[in-house]
Amino acid sequence: MLAVQFLKLILRNALRHKLRTGLTVLGLIVAILAFGLLQTIVDAWYAGANAAAPNRLITRNAISLVFPMPLHYREKIRAVPNVRSVTPFNWFGGYYQDPKNFFAQFGVDPLPFLAMYPEYRVPEDEVRAFERDRKGALIGRKLADTYGFKIGDTIPLQGTIYPGTWSFTVRGIYDGAEAKTDTAQMLFHWDFLNETMKQRIPRRGDQVGVFVVQVSDPQRSAETAQAIDALFKNSLAETLTETEKAFQLGFVAMTEAIVVAIRIVSFVVIFIILAVMANTMAMTARERTPEYATLKALGFSPAYVAMLILGESIAIALIGAAAGILLTFPVGEWFASKMGTLFPVFEVSRSTIALQIACAMVVGIVAALLPGRSAARVRIVEGLRAIG
Amino acid sequence: MNDRDVQPLISVRHVSKSYRRGGQIVPVLHDITFDVQYRDFLGLMGPSGSGKSTLLNLIAGIDKPDSGELFIDGVDITKLDEGALADWRAGSVGFVFQFYNLMPVLTAFENVELPLMLTPLTRRERHEHVTAALGLVGLADRMEHYPSELSGGQQQRVAIARAMIADPKLIVADEPTGDLDRQSAQEVLTLMDRLNIELGKTIVMVTHDRRAADRAHAIMYLDKGELARAEDIHEQSVREVRS
Repeated sequence: MLAVQFLKLILRNALRHKLRTGLTVLGLIVAILAFGLLQTIVDAWYAGANAAAPNRLITRNAISLVFPMPLHYREKIRAVPNVRSVTPFNWFGGYYQDPKNFFAQFGVDPLPFLAMYPEYRVPEDEVRAFERDRKGALIGRKLADTYGFKIGDTIPLQGTIYPGTWSFTVRGIYDGAEAKTDTAQMLFHWDFLNETMKQRIPRRGDQVGVFVVQVSDPQRSAETAQAIDALFKNSLAETLTETEKAFQLGFVAMTEAIVVAIRIVSFVVIFIILAVMANTMAMTARERTPEYATLKALGFSPAYVAMLILGESIAIALIGAAAGILLTFPVGEWFASKMGTLFPVFEVSRSTIALQIACAMVVGIVAALLPGRSAARVRIVEGLRAIG
Repeated sequence: MNDRDVQPLISVRHVSKSYRRGGQIVPVLHDITFDVQYRDFLGLMGPSGSGKSTLLNLIAGIDKPDSGELFIDGVDITKLDEGALADWRAGSVGFVFQFYNLMPVLTAFENVELPLMLTPLTRRERHEHVTAALGLVGLADRMEHYPSELSGGQQQRVAIARAMIADPKLIVADEPTGDLDRQSAQEVLTLMDRLNIELGKTIVMVTHDRRAADRAHAIMYLDKGELARAEDIHEQSVREVRS
């Protein structure tokens, strides 16, 4: 029963200065929302790495990704023990109508690729249609939704790495098995790319950007990678084979400074609202010193008084956090729509929500520490004399 | 005749108190000794800075003397630690302050109920007690009003109900009429009389107002931290004990 009265007192105190509490809650909403969005951006950065499968390796030129490898490596890699399947995987780098309409396009071997990536869910008839049409393309649901592409549509792409205008016909649309699956990509026949390049620039024929290698036993990935790289030791195009996750993290590492900066900014936002909240609670507690002294005179313990302040602080923080978290979803969706396919996976994760709640709790607790301690320690006679 | 009739409720023995202000020690009370019997009504008077409020605070257990002993109902409260003193206050003392000191976010009912939150009474029992107390102070129809919706006199009556709700033997009042108009002051003093006469509460009241002090059975005058004189108005039993 005491707990009910305690909660009642906390809530009524919290709503006592509606403008002050309202502004503090507003600040919390903005801070928790900004924190959630920034954390989601960081998550989006790692989406590729998080979506990586343990049974997939990436083989690339050891010098740099910019340099290709000969096509005949494919057969040699396929012969390495523990390798189940291999597909070329070429970054195309074209744009649709305008350079700002950019999305990822890859040339692949359709059937081996789709067998390696079971998280790409495609209806069987669309797989067959894609496989049959050398100029066919398979696009992700998010990409289709962004540009309004439908099956049968022609997608003209202006090549940047591979010059000229390229036309592809949409033969299928894939969905992701999970939220973290990238559905903002376009896949097409590597053979079509290779044959066209042979005609346009013969010296660039039979060249592969990277090979995606599927292994039978992921536990033996390390020795398989070593075996692949050993095959091409001292050749003109030595290779570097690593897990798909390591490969993706390599991309993240290139922009790690930005990720670190975003992380720091997200916590700076929380620190600022912590300062605002601490100021609010300090003002509140100072104004109520005579009331806390009265409670202590009536026999309530210093801990009870401190808990009143702590409870009020946490209540305000959680109200702000709840609203901020609820807003993170629609604002995140709006943000993702404005970003187009820049962030193929932009999903507010459970860990982000947990972090938002944890930050709000920390703000609530830390903001109340000093005022609570002061109120608990104030001598009753001095507190009763204090001017509220 | 029982023990209460022969032993004082309050026994102040050689109590001294000083404060530190700006690096200087300012003596406030010096070697005060006196007794107050059960069911007495004592007025404490004296000029500003004479130490009367400090003495009241010591008796109420919200401040501690530098030296001396302070027995209330046989308990030397100077020996109690903070936790024990808080528990003792909850059950033994009722407070009436000059500015009422009600919680502005609680209704009259909830304010009066506050001290009972520290007791094992059930909700129903608390409700009965609070209703009776507010009825006694004439505010049965104002139970759901917040302090801001009550006049000063009504707020002080709520404070009196709060002071008596836990049935303490002792009620301390610091200038209870100091913020009230004459009419309200009379009502409050009448209530204090009733607490003393009808409910047998021992009351110690600090006041500047001679008319208020005249309600007491005895008046004790303090000057410069010392007991100047005691007036036994109705031949009651305030006895200054000169050591």
